Amino acid sequence: MEDYVVEMRHITKQFGSYKANNDISLQLRKGEILALLGENGAGKSTLMGMLSGLLEPTEGEILINNKVVRMDNPRDAKRLGIGMVHQHFMLIPAFSVLENIILGDEPTKATRIDYKKAASDIEELAEKYHLDIDVHAKVRDITVGMQQRVEIMKALYRKANIFIFDEPTAALTPQEIDQFIKILRALAAEGNSVIFITHKLKEIKEVADRCVVIRMGKVIETVQVAETKEETLAEMMVGRKVNFAVEKEETDKTKTVLAVNDLNVEVHGLPKVKDLNLTVHSGEIVGVAGVDGNGQSELIEAITGLRKIKKGTVELKGKFLQNLGARKISEAGIGCIPEDRQNVGLILPFTIAENLVLKSYHKKPASQHGLLNYKKINEIGRQLIKSFDIRSQSEKELAGDLSGGNQQKVIVAREISANPDLLIAANPTRGVDIGAIEYIHEKIIEQRNTGHAVLLISFELDEILKLSDRIVVMHEGQIVGEIDPRHTSSEELGLMMAGKTPIGQEG
Amino acid sequence: MHTKSLKGLTIPLISVLAGFIVGAILMLIFGYDPIQNYQNLLKGSLGGIYSIGETLRNMISLILTALGFAVASKAGFFNIGGPGQYLIGWFGAIVFTLKFSHLPAVILIIGALLCGALAGGLWSMIAGVLRAYFGTSEVITTIMLNYIILYLVNFAVKSWLASKGSDSSPNITTKANLNTPFLQHITDNSTFNWGFFIALAVVGLVWFYFKKTKSGFEIQAVGLNESASQYAGVNVKRTIIIAMLISGLLAGLGGAIDGLGNFENISVSNNLPNVGYNGMAVALLAAGNPIGIIFSALLFSALQIGGLSISVYSNTPSEIVDIVIASIIFFVGIKYAFELMTKKGWLKRKNKVVKGGAEK
Ligand SMILES: Nc1ncnc2c1ncn2[C@@H]1O[C@H](COP(=O)(O)OP(=O)(O)OP(=O)(O)O)[C@@H](O)[C@H]1O
Ligand SMILES: [Mg+2]
Repeated sequence: MEDYVVEMRHITKQFGSYKANNDISLQLRKGEILALLGENGAGKSTLMGMLSGLLEPTEGEILINNKVVRMDNPRDAKRLGIGMVHQHFMLIPAFSVLENIILGDEPTKATRIDYKKAASDIEELAEKYHLDIDVHAKVRDITVGMQQRVEIMKALYRKANIFIFDEPTAALTPQEIDQFIKILRALAAEGNSVIFITHKLKEIKEVADRCVVIRMGKVIETVQVAETKEETLAEMMVGRKVNFAVEKEETDKTKTVLAVNDLNVEVHGLPKVKDLNLTVHSGEIVGVAGVDGNGQSELIEAITGLRKIKKGTVELKGKFLQNLGARKISEAGIGCIPEDRQNVGLILPFTIAENLVLKSYHKKPASQHGLLNYKKINEIGRQLIKSFDIRSQSEKELAGDLSGGNQQKVIVAREISANPDLLIAANPTRGVDIGAIEYIHEKIIEQRNTGHAVLLISFELDEILKLSDRIVVMHEGQIVGEIDPRHTSSEELGLMMAGKTPIGQEG
Repeated sequence: MHTKSLKGLTIPLISVLAGFIVGAILMLIFGYDPIQNYQNLLKGSLGGIYSIGETLRNMISLILTALGFAVASKAGFFNIGGPGQYLIGWFGAIVFTLKFSHLPAVILIIGALLCGALAGGLWSMIAGVLRAYFGTSEVITTIMLNYIILYLVNFAVKSWLASKGSDSSPNITTKANLNTPFLQHITDNSTFNWGFFIALAVVGLVWFYFKKTKSGFEIQAVGLNESASQYAGVNVKRTIIIAMLISGLLAGLGGAIDGLGNFENISVSNNLPNVGYNGMAVALLAAGNPIGIIFSALLFSALQIGGLSISVYSNTPSEIVDIVIASIIFFVGIKYAFELMTKKGWLKRKNKVVKGGAEK
């Protein structure tokens, strides 16, 4: 019998009558990096939830170092040396980064928390693994990317020897992903074992030894990554061929839809967006590239009315919208897929149908004379679930019970189906499987082709390069350059994003 | 609105049972007969037409203050202002009735109830405005508002309503009394009054409000996720204020009904009316569910009314009932522990594998 660090045997997990995992077995060796691949809702997070003590298997057993164990809570898992980075962040917004990292594992000196030691330990780790985090910032003030790094740091700080990463790269920039891949390699080289969930085949090819492919709660295959092509992986996972090319028609780009002039936004008195100018035309997708935290979030929030504009104007088709409030701005024709799907995009304890009408519940057909029409709401829900392939049991299921990628699809469905004049999409395909990415990209391009304007913000340079008609680069709250995606590469874009003088600047 | 009601019933039922058991154990320890006392309790609260009338009447303000508390909690607020809002509602109704006693009965009653409810709503809205615009914690402001209104009402009663040397306002005209001769007649002269039916109707309204209306939807959205609500275009500030307004309206209506149906006047008092606090407990036991509040109010009311007769029929101090009530609240409070235990399977162990950390 071979020695495994982790062995999951015939695991089944039922939610009600629904089998999210159906007789899954997998093994993890010492020093190995094992990838888990599967569509949204295939059951990856559920499976890992059982390995980290969050969920209890309905059937089957888990062995750690060849011993059957039962884990009732994450503490049990931690004792067994298992550390997990969850798909959805488990951070306390009001606490500082430092407090979040040490929470539950505080170093003490004479019964008091030794913050000095904690900070220096963390800084040491940050240096070793090149993780850029600001330990003193409050979590509610940091970007999604930084939150992801904090989550990774939490796992490193806890000195596990079995690491589970559930889609850690969904919210990271390419440079950060490279860095993260190095961290994975270093962890494995130190004799730790890693399970890594991602929808990005490139990453699997780059770092994983083996890959377990899951579809609809069942293991389809386990393959040696070195011997398997990306396309084969994609096909195994989706069960059909995936088409990566997109069709962009010629469009008329003469009409200005969005004009942002001299925009200034401050957060806690610090300037985050400075004298920014930006226009988006009809029939055009403008990509905003930039290193995380350079004012992209504040720009979106200011345009959509969630953050106060200090100075400057926002004009949609000639109408001034600055500081009008979110409802008026959305009614004027701006839709937005927000960065943070769980805290902003959705109300998790509401049903899928209610979330799908979250921006239109106040008007016909969802409501009339102040009364909600649930028959209509649920009908809209069923229809969007179908057309956007949201994998769920019914429109009355709670959004919080959906898999991460399917939660994202709910938001995308709501925003795109509203057909806004301007669609702002921040990481629209975050955590979405390749089949669904294909679909969402098609939909975004369809918006463009039908004469709507799209402002795309994404960590994925490939996504920006593929979809955009024009790319602007944002650095320290300003647009520092503009570039034609047809005549550039990710390398050149990367340099511009880092604030280096751009080559071949056009605007 | 999305709770699975059957599963939701286990916790309150366990809590109530546990509360009674604690009470029984205490009685045994101190040498009283629990079975006898619980029988007396039942008899005293539901054993006859008169006691049923009293129990139902006592439910009215419990239901309304509980609904008020529940509405605020749906928006994510802990409104401790129930006692103050109830008091100002009571005061408002009495003042209206005294000042407009020439009006025909129906108009007088409707006016008085509206006046009381509105007074409660506006009073509570102060906390809502402070919360919405300045982020002031409603826990603190509602407590302060409670004391402010206690002394204001005392001052107004003494210096304005009461005749010299008296501590109470005059009684309201009998035509405004909700405890009509007809009801007295069929309930053996109990204080049961029309307010009971008003309270039941309001339960239906609140249920409908959260289930079907846009405004109720917004309150729940804000309570569950403020940033998402703001993003969705909900006017969060306005919603907070509306929630506090409705919350206070309901508690105020409770005070107004008690004023017209039970007290018939208003007196200077050293303490805030307890019912405001009991309403919180009723709402907690019902987990904020409007229909659940009816049953939870019935239980609390029966305990209170029945408790009065415990010491009549035996030498058991009636405070034992307070202990039972307090224990129930305590067990509701630790319901999260129960929930956790049921979820984690500690209450129904079947697996035989070694628990937790098998060592490396
Ligand atoms: N608590 C729950 N109650 C009911 N159903 C659930 C619950 N948690 C998960 N599910 C369902 O189980 C299925 C698997 O979900 P899971 O989160 O494991 O998917 P996933 O493979 O991680 O997908 P993604 O790539 O989108 O993150 C989904 O269909 C989901 O709706
Ligand atoms: Mg997942």
